[in-house]
Amino acid sequence: MFHWLEKNPFFFALAVFATIAFAGLVEIIPNFAQSSRPLIGTTPYSTLELAGRHVYIKNSCNACHSQLIRPFKSETDRYGDYSLSGEYAYDRPFLWGSKRTGPDLMRVGNYRTTDWHENHMWDPEKVVPGTIMPAYRWMFVNNTDVDTAYAEMITVEKFFGVPYNKPVPMKDGSTKTIKMADTLHQARKDALAEARIIVKDMKHQDVIDAVEVGRIPEIVALIAYMNSLK
Amino acid sequence: MENRPLEYDYSVSKLFIYTSLGIGFVGMLVGVIIAWEMAFPAINTIFGDGAIAEYTNFSRLRVLHTDSVIYGFVLSGVWATWYYVGQRVLKVSMAESKTLMYVGYAHFWIYLFAAVVLVISLLMGITQSKEYAEFEWPLDLGITTVWLLWGASIAGLIGLRREKTLYISIWYYIATFLAVAMLHLLNNLAIPTYYASNGIGAWYHSVSMYAGTNDALVQWWFGHNAVAFVLTTPIIAMIYYFLPKESGQAIYSYKLSLLSFWGLMFIYLWAGGHHILFSTVPDWVQTLGSVFSVILILPSWGSAINMLLTMKGEWQQVASNPIIKFMVMGSTFYMFSTLEGPIQAIKSVNAIAHFTDWIIGHVHDGALGWVVFMIMGAVYHMIPRLYGREIYSKKIMATQFWIQTLGIVLYFTSMWIAGITQGMMWRAHDEFGNLAYSFIDTVTVLHPYFVIRAVGGTLYLIGFAMFIYNVVMTARNGRRVEASELHNTTPMAD
Repeated sequence: MFHWLEKNPFFFALAVFATIAFAGLVEIIPNFAQSSRPLIGTTPYSTLELAGRHVYIKNSCNACHSQLIRPFKSETDRYGDYSLSGEYAYDRPFLWGSKRTGPDLMRVGNYRTTDWHENHMWDPEKVVPGTIMPAYRWMFVNNTDVDTAYAEMITVEKFFGVPYNKPVPMKDGSTKTIKMADTLHQARKDALAEARIIVKDMKHQDVIDAVEVGRIPEIVALIAYMNSLK
Repeated sequence: MENRPLEYDYSVSKLFIYTSLGIGFVGMLVGVIIAWEMAFPAINTIFGDGAIAEYTNFSRLRVLHTDSVIYGFVLSGVWATWYYVGQRVLKVSMAESKTLMYVGYAHFWIYLFAAVVLVISLLMGITQSKEYAEFEWPLDLGITTVWLLWGASIAGLIGLRREKTLYISIWYYIATFLAVAMLHLLNNLAIPTYYASNGIGAWYHSVSMYAGTNDALVQWWFGHNAVAFVLTTPIIAMIYYFLPKESGQAIYSYKLSLLSFWGLMFIYLWAGGHHILFSTVPDWVQTLGSVFSVILILPSWGSAINMLLTMKGEWQQVASNPIIKFMVMGSTFYMFSTLEGPIQAIKSVNAIAHFTDWIIGHVHDGALGWVVFMIMGAVYHMIPRLYGREIYSKKIMATQFWIQTLGIVLYFTSMWIAGITQGMMWRAHDEFGNLAYSFIDTVTVLHPYFVIRAVGGTLYLIGFAMFIYNVVMTARNGRRVEASELHNTTPMAD
């Protein structure tokens, strides 16, 4: 059989493809629907949070920070409850990372605050002596791309039924509605309103001034995203 | 016409060789820079902390390092050998078909263009964050085009072939083509947001078709097998051609080749789950990933042992011929790396190793010791035959070999220690059951190992620069030799 295949390239290629193709199907398909279901209490990202997530991705934060708490005592002691599949239901893409040069950030919103992040992103060494994390000062200058975040919200609502503007069940039995604007103009206003809340706890005058005149520096969006990780 | 030896056309092969050398150097240089950045973080802002800091920062450069080395250096190297080996084992010249020549040139130039766009976009931070699949959809389409052109070249050469039986190398090239096509297309399925929202935001942005756990599962099915089918199968294709050619020895066992090839095809694709052990993917997928990773030792070692036994009775060549040195050391590192990988995939080991530098060490003993050594060996074999000249300097080759081997040893030993140290410290509890170390303790302790790694990487880069110099000097100044001198052992000047 093998000799015959080696003389018939078409069937050879077909045999190779059959051999390599089905493993993926067997592993990915059976639990696909189940793995897509959100956990109660998990909400979609707001406009500014999603824009902040894009800042996180743009700077490859995931190259050094994981967002996956494994079910070990040492990890739950350090970072909080271990991760559950449903908590990631609105993460496109997933940001588990593969290397912890810095600590896990899955629940960083539980134990770090806006001003902590502000100081840390400006000068990590001052906040955590001995750190090897570099400063990210350009985030205090560059503007957040709110438009693309809004475009993504429209897309995921349209194609994947992400429940924007719909009540989402919370753990305590209440519901919470994450707003998605009707127009781009409104989306920018929504993001700015979120940014105003964040900068209340910030001290960089340039950043405060920027938000005052309607610009959102990337650091504000990033902090909104960090604070949402719980 | 009938009995005249074929005049093979190597113009596309040459283009890919030089691209491989160029991007290879840049990619490794970036790697060395970020290694030093981890040891001495001040280097991140070596040009100040203003606007330029964004482009000298570890986080932007790391992606550039991995992607330029994998898709710039390695793929160019693979294609350089394809446009050389393909013609020779299929007994057909590219020059016999104008179409094939056009396909070859289109393949190269579109690839080079895509590579330039890729570098710029990664520096700008345009990424979808999936490891080794960072590129946004316009680049994904470009990559698909390049890949299909390579497919056309494979199909074309095979279609015109005079040698009816496909040689083992061709099996591996075909497998590489098919698997990467499948993985690339399925992992990168995404919806461009600009079009879905009727023209809002960045035109190049997209959102993944998969969410959360599913996205992770698809990504690591891709990520693991991209390693298999970019960094393993085409490299095996090379060694099956170049080692017998250079040594003048026949492949030790055809049956072992068969077993290793089909075994690798069947087993590899299952093992992706070992990248996400203890995650939220279903347990049975994790277990499958673990088990198949261990089974994977069989076909991997099958190939490596087949190569080493091919040298049976001719071991003196390892001492006398640096090209054989590169290939034999490459096979040895392949064995080493394919034993280390399965060990890390065992759940209890993975609990310590995952997220640490041990994984980085593993990648690099495979990449530096096996992939790069093999590509360098192949280029050293090809260059004299492409230009009809002898190797410029055997001394440089031998020196380079030892400098680079030392570099690799420093690299993986330091990363072993760093990884296991950090993994153990993360999980350590004191007598009261509290965590024994804060996270920063587990970072500062790694400093000496980061320095050793950076030194190892720098040595390796120096060796690579010697390689480039030697290749360029061979092409330009090597003594001209007759075709009769080029049968087996490559001629080299001291």
